[in-house]
This record gives sequence, C-alpha cells and structure tokens, in this order.
Amino acid sequence: MSQPVISLDQVSFAFGTEHVLKNVSLDVQPHEFLGLIGPNGGGKSTLLRLILGLLPPQSGEVQVLGTSPRKAARQLGYVPQFARFARAFPISVEDVVLMGRLKRGRMLLPWRRRDRDSITPTLERLGIDHLRHKPVDALSGGQLQRVLIARALAAEPRILLLDEPTASVDRDGETTLFELFSELKREMTVMVISHDLGFISDYVDRVACLNKQLIMHPTEAVTADTINQLYGEQVQMVHHHH
Amino acid sequence: MGITLALQDFFYALAHQSFLLNALIVGLLAAAAGGLVGPYVVVKRIGYLGGGIAHTVLAGMGIAYFLGASPILGAFICAIISALIIGVISLNQADHEDTLISAFWAVGMATGVLFISQTPGYATNLTSYLFGNLLLTPSGLAPLLALVVAVIGALLLFVHKPLTAVIFDDEFARLRGVPTKALYLLLLCLVAITVVILLQAVGLIMVIALLTLPSALAGHHVGSLGKMMLFASIAGGAFVFIGMGISWVSDLPSGATIVLVCGVSYFFSLLLKRLRS
Repeated sequence: MSQPVISLDQVSFAFGTEHVLKNVSLDVQPHEFLGLIGPNGGGKSTLLRLILGLLPPQSGEVQVLGTSPRKAARQLGYVPQFARFARAFPISVEDVVLMGRLKRGRMLLPWRRRDRDSITPTLERLGIDHLRHKPVDALSGGQLQRVLIARALAAEPRILLLDEPTASVDRDGETTLFELFSELKREMTVMVISHDLGFISDYVDRVACLNKQLIMHPTEAVTADTINQLYGEQVQMVHHHH
Repeated sequence: MGITLALQDFFYALAHQSFLLNALIVGLLAAAAGGLVGPYVVVKRIGYLGGGIAHTVLAGMGIAYFLGASPILGAFICAIISALIIGVISLNQADHEDTLISAFWAVGMATGVLFISQTPGYATNLTSYLFGNLLLTPSGLAPLLALVVAVIGALLLFVHKPLTAVIFDDEFARLRGVPTKALYLLLLCLVAITVVILLQAVGLIMVIALLTLPSALAGHHVGSLGKMMLFASIAGGAFVFIGMGISWVSDLPSGATIVLVCGVSYFFSLLLKRLRS
C-alpha cells in the first residue's frame, strides 16, 4: 500500500472541557474518495480543520502529504460549509475563484490576463462560466456553493476537502456534484463531509463514521441501509460509554 | 446673491487667492486618500476603528504642539502607533477590538487636551484640530500630502489582491499562505495615515464622514472595490469642492459644510438605491 496522504494517529481535541474528538486514527490513501458522516457536534468539521492546520491537535499527530498540516496547506483545496464572507461583498465570481490561485510568487500586483484565463476550465467544469462577471450577492445558494468549489479547485490541490458541499443544493445538483467528485478522484484525493448517509455510499470508496470516535466502513461491504443501521447503533454505543 | 454670482465669486477667489487654491488642493488630496482607503473600511466594517484612531491622534498633536514640534508629524506618529497597538492586541484576542478602540479614543483625547491646555494660546488651534479649517492650511502641506497619497496608491496597487482576500475570507487566505496578520496591520496603518490627511480637511471629530460616506455611497452603485475607489475619490472631491464653495460664499465653517454635503449626498444615494430596488 502506498504512503497515506492524510494520516491521523490517536488524535484528540476538546473545546474547553468538551471532548470533540477522542483517539481518532485515520489513514487516507492517494486518490481515495472518502465520505465522513456523523451527527451534528460529532466532530466532523473539527477533524477537517485539524487536517487543514486551522486547529492544532491537543494530543496525537496529524500528518498531511508526509508533513505538518500547516506546511501542506497550500496543496489542499478547502470548501467551507458556510460562506464566511458577507454576501453583499462587492466582488465578482471571477475574483473569488482567483483567490484559489493565490500563492507565494503570485501574491502581489493585480491579476494578469493569463491568470484570469487559467480559471476558465475550472469555471466550465462547474458550469458557472456564464456567471463569471456576476457579483456574488446575485447568486443562488447552489451557485455560490459551486463558486466555493471552483475556488478550491483553482488552487490545483492534491487533496480536496469539502464540508457539506451540497447543503444548499437541490437533489439534481447534488448528483451532478457527486459525479464531479468521483471524476476528480482520478486527479486528487477527495474527502467529503455529508449528512446524507444513503446518498454518498453510491459514490465514495469508504465511509468514516465520526461521533467523537471514528469507525471505518468499506462501502462495498455495506448498503445504504446498513450504513444507516450501523450509524444509529454507533450513536447509541458511544452514548453508553459515558 | 444669486447662485451664478456666488460661483463666480468663488472661482474668482480661487484664481486670485493662493491660500484658497492651496486649501482646495489639500481638500481634494484628502478626498483621494479617503476614496482609496475608505472602501476597505466600509467593506471590512472598521469605521469605528477609523474614528477611534482619529480621536487618539489628538494626543500626538497635543504633545507635538506642547514640544513646539509639527502637530501633523505628531499626528502621523501617534496614528500609526495606536493603529499598530490596537491591531496587535486585537489579533491576539486580549480584548474585544471595540473596547480597545474606546479606551484609545478617550485616553488619546484626554492626553491631547491636557498637553494643549499646558501650551500658551491653545484655544484657536484646538478648534481647528477638532473641526478642521482648510483655510488655515500651511502652504507647504500640499506637496507632502500629494506624496503621501501617491505612496498609498502605489502600495495598494501592490497589495490590493491579497488584502482583498484577507478582508473577504481571512481563513481561506491564510490557507493559501497569505500573510493575513501583516496585511491586516498594514490596512490599519493605511487607515491611520488616511485619517491624518482627512483631518486637515474636516477635523478629527468629523474624519469618519470623509473616510466612509463617499465609499459607502460608491458601494450603492458599483460592484467592485476598485470601482468603489474611483467613484469614492471623485465623489469625495466633488463634496469637498461644493462644501468649500458654499462655506466661502456663505462664510460658514468649511469642515462642517463639507461634512454636511457628504451626509446629504449619502442619504440621497441610499434613498435612490432603495427606490430602484
């Protein structure tokens, strides 16, 4: 087996006295499409933020691409669950997506024509090229979500991390996006947080269930129903630990 | 006096009284600085910080005045120091930014008032620091301010892209390796410098008007920070010109008149925007 691109070893994290993650270990292989599910407050977003280096683990070790998350951050594409910016921000779709192209050596002076052209394939892939010059506050929730995915892909990441990317997308849009993610796994590793248990199992290679502790399931062994069942039991099991 | 006559009077005075032309140039430079930096302030919603720095600056002016040094130099130094201190403390989350600003605001004013009170002949100068008086602008100031505005413009050309990324979504910018803290501090320094330029025109109490209103007004009508800068600079320049004209022919205080022109235009623009949508 090749070197894992993401490796968590006995990672724990707490906000104050509230434990969010307990001894979580996880290896993600290159070009794997991993689904991460679990109840609200189960630590999904926290796990993603640890991988991104936005939070330090309180114990245990996180390695990304063979190095620390902070060093690997520039090779990661991140799609946050909620847009962190004010919707009324005066900025075009193109300028938001271009932020994914920011890196050392491309930091200063205005974007050049070449940079602006370079994001066209990404915009086309997400079907938002026609929105290119639209201000972000004119977009629907689903369109904005695609803009954020395009911004992450514009960084040409080796790992794509998505936090509930289909929360504000309708069912058809969700299918299109998951088909895109399956396609993307040929180019990179994809890890997606979802609340939709039945749905993601049709696409992902493995499902990780997270409720403070993490349990892995290979999808070929389980149907949507059994994931549902396992997931339910898992919640109960964890409850009994307390 | 008819409006045409009044305008003629103002243009005649502009052509023949060099101090008036000098005052107008300083006012227009202030509008340009406000137009360049204001859009970031409006979009990032740090207007209160701008107001806080403006009031803190009285400490620098008062100390410089007491020591017989140049008040504007004291203002620049004090503005940058207070911006950096507020920024660093707030980045380290030692206290809420607005609480810190309040502390600086009040302590700065108090320090300034004490030093000025200990300097002979303080009353007239205090008024012009607080409320501005373009007509009392020293004649050598315009070239200095022109240089400062040019430096701000050139600097923004370099850092506009990453600075926008930080203001838009600092977490994402940080993941891309953008030095977010350094850029935030740079923004605060630019706000500090701009505040000192603006207070020449409208005084430190009313700085906030020229810093935010032309930019907010621009934001009603255009959809990018770059266009806001252009629109706000032109609008701010027009407000300064109109305000000065009115104050000249009607013998009213120039700072307050400019601010009222700004304010009325802002509310009118807001109304226009509401009616359109």
